[in-house]
Amino acid sequence: MNAPFPTQTPIADLQLDNVSFEHRGQSLLAHTSLTLSGCRRTVIMGPNGAGKSLLMRLAHGLLPPTSGQVRWQGKTPVQAMVFQRPVLLRRSALDNLTYVLAIHNVPRARRKADALQALATFGLTSLAHRPARVLSGGEQQRLALARAWLLNPDVLFLDEATSALDPAAIKAVEDAVMTFHASGTRIVMTTHDLHQAQRLADDVVFLHNGQLREHSPAETFFSAPRSSEGRAFIQGELVW
Amino acid sequence: MKKTAIITSASLLSLAWGGLALADNDYITLASTTSTENSGLFDAIIPTFTDKTDIDVRVVAVGTGQAFETARRGDADSLLVHDTAGEEQFVAEGYATERLDVMYNDFVIVGPSDDPADIQSSETVSEAMQQIAESESAFASRGDDSGTNRAELRLWEDAGVNPQGEWYRELGSGMGPTLNTAAGMNAYTLTDRATWVSFENPQDLTLLFEGDEALFNQYGSLLISEERHPHLKHDLAAQWHEWLVSEEGQAAIADYEVDGQQLFFPNAE
Amino acid sequence: MPASDNPFLTALQLILHMDSDLFAIVSLSLQVSLVAVALAALVGLPLGAALALWRFPGRNGVIIVLNALMGLPPVVAGLCVYLLLSRAGPLGEWGLLFSPTAMVVAQWVLVLPIIASLTRQQVEALHGEYAEQLQSLGLSTARMMPTLLWDARVGLVTVMLAGFGRASAEVGAVMIVGGNIEGVTRVMTTSIVLETSKGNLPLALGLGIILLALVTLINALAHLMGETAKRRLG
Repeated sequence: MNAPFPTQTPIADLQLDNVSFEHRGQSLLAHTSLTLSGCRRTVIMGPNGAGKSLLMRLAHGLLPPTSGQVRWQGKTPVQAMVFQRPVLLRRSALDNLTYVLAIHNVPRARRKADALQALATFGLTSLAHRPARVLSGGEQQRLALARAWLLNPDVLFLDEATSALDPAAIKAVEDAVMTFHASGTRIVMTTHDLHQAQRLADDVVFLHNGQLREHSPAETFFSAPRSSEGRAFIQGELVW
Repeated sequence: MKKTAIITSASLLSLAWGGLALADNDYITLASTTSTENSGLFDAIIPTFTDKTDIDVRVVAVGTGQAFETARRGDADSLLVHDTAGEEQFVAEGYATERLDVMYNDFVIVGPSDDPADIQSSETVSEAMQQIAESESAFASRGDDSGTNRAELRLWEDAGVNPQGEWYRELGSGMGPTLNTAAGMNAYTLTDRATWVSFENPQDLTLLFEGDEALFNQYGSLLISEERHPHLKHDLAAQWHEWLVSEEGQAAIADYEVDGQQLFFPNAE
Repeated sequence: MPASDNPFLTALQLILHMDSDLFAIVSLSLQVSLVAVALAALVGLPLGAALALWRFPGRNGVIIVLNALMGLPPVVAGLCVYLLLSRAGPLGEWGLLFSPTAMVVAQWVLVLPIIASLTRQQVEALHGEYAEQLQSLGLSTARMMPTLLWDARVGLVTVMLAGFGRASAEVGAVMIVGGNIEGVTRVMTTSIVLETSKGNLPLALGLGIILLALVTLINALAHLMGETAKRRLG
């Protein structure tokens, strides 16, 4: 499978430089420095309230940091994000896809064919004309992935994208993540499913209480975490 | 779907819009009083005028006070009201160049059929008004600075009564609403005969006093000053003004009857 | 017009013997109110959406004023438009007073705050749901506006109906700026006032029943459309 518009140039590094985020005087993320590079699958882990989703929103640019800098080292890449609860527009599955093509100025004549192809890629062809918001949770998430696919992103963010799904739907999303990755997309995702992290991660970013505890290759993190919190976490001693 | 919706609403809108742009014949706007409109007089005489001249007359029926104001602001081409003193002042102020007597009807006093103030036995309207005041019987006044209201206040003055107290109720309403209210609270009220005869909700109200010359209700037509309001349709308005006092116009007024009763009496000189 | 003592019978007779006068009055009522609502929507939808999406100094003030104007007495709106369009007023030269256009303007003034204010609420609620996703897709705030308005369409139909209800029911404004001229600016509500002042209460109430029936019909159509859309769009 190939993305519609394959990219050749390497993806710019994402650099977080001493990033902090406060909300109403409360520090939610403190002094975080981190570099994400290459075409890897980075999984952000940590217990509930650790700041995983926040870190991802800062990285994607949905939120500005209170202090510090979020920088792309080079040309800002095309990005897409899949949320825990997919936000689909009140129109058909197909129209949800032609919509993103329209806002990205894809010529009208090509939109429908591209959208249908994306639906086929994610096994949604038979649902093309169904209203997006009456699809099942798994179907909605696949549609959100198809929408991201059409953007041909260099970086794909997924925020707890499988946490509300049944096992079959989880499998479909994980397959989709592999498909994206195979086509040259950097993956940044949060999950609190340890097994999923083990299946997908190239490297792990571990957060605890709004602080970055470690950023290690997956093998290292799962066999011998460097931080004590990381160790407690993979042994199931930290509540999420 | 989006396109269909847009096309549908656009065509609906243009349809509605098109309907609003009426094909206009020549017309004048006439500011007049509710009493003439409610009695049906205009429905009877305007078609005759329009047949002859091809000029339509659009009647805005309001209280006399508001009718003067409308004409003063230049929003009416012609004025037909019943407040001779006010009309003469309007001419004196330079808003109108000519005032002509057109017709008269008369005021009557209506009230509850048991007539608690016993005005049926009165000789003059002054006596009737005094009896209402003395017995403190409920009296509904228009209280809206209309021609009828102004006439009523003159009648109190002539009777030497200063109408005050709980029995005297100023409604601030047109003739019809005042009659509705008077019927509702069994009060006396002064009304022009035309509105009374065509009024359909009298309940217990009945005509109790009529015929005094002081109840004479003169209507006048005014020719609005071209100098003050050059944009108005003075030529057309002049045709209406002249037609009203012409033989034909006077005959049309005399011919109008409700229940076999003539309501307006032409008296142009 | 036929008349009987029973307003329902009167209404029925009026409908059965729909004469050209009554037809003209009914259709003028609908035309004036529909055009007023459409033109108010043209301004009110983007205005409401803009208020929902942008934060600027004085925004709360604008919202409070709009909310307050939803309760503007029609007579006051009518009087303002009257003074504006009167020959002695600033727009007197247009000669619009006592015309259906003047009535549209007056009702537009009445309906605009309702549409703008309720649209703001609808769009603000939807924006809360959509904001991150649309931002992630790279949409600027300005480009979010049409998307949010279109996706709020089911709720916005109700907003339009509220506006239409206000327009078709009011009498104070159209009476002043229209003048209740027979065959030119006479609509349902001013006819009802006129018949009441003639003491013809059954006819007045009969006209009221017809007006209510018409408004009910339009609401029913919009409701059905809304339900269908909801079923189809989720």
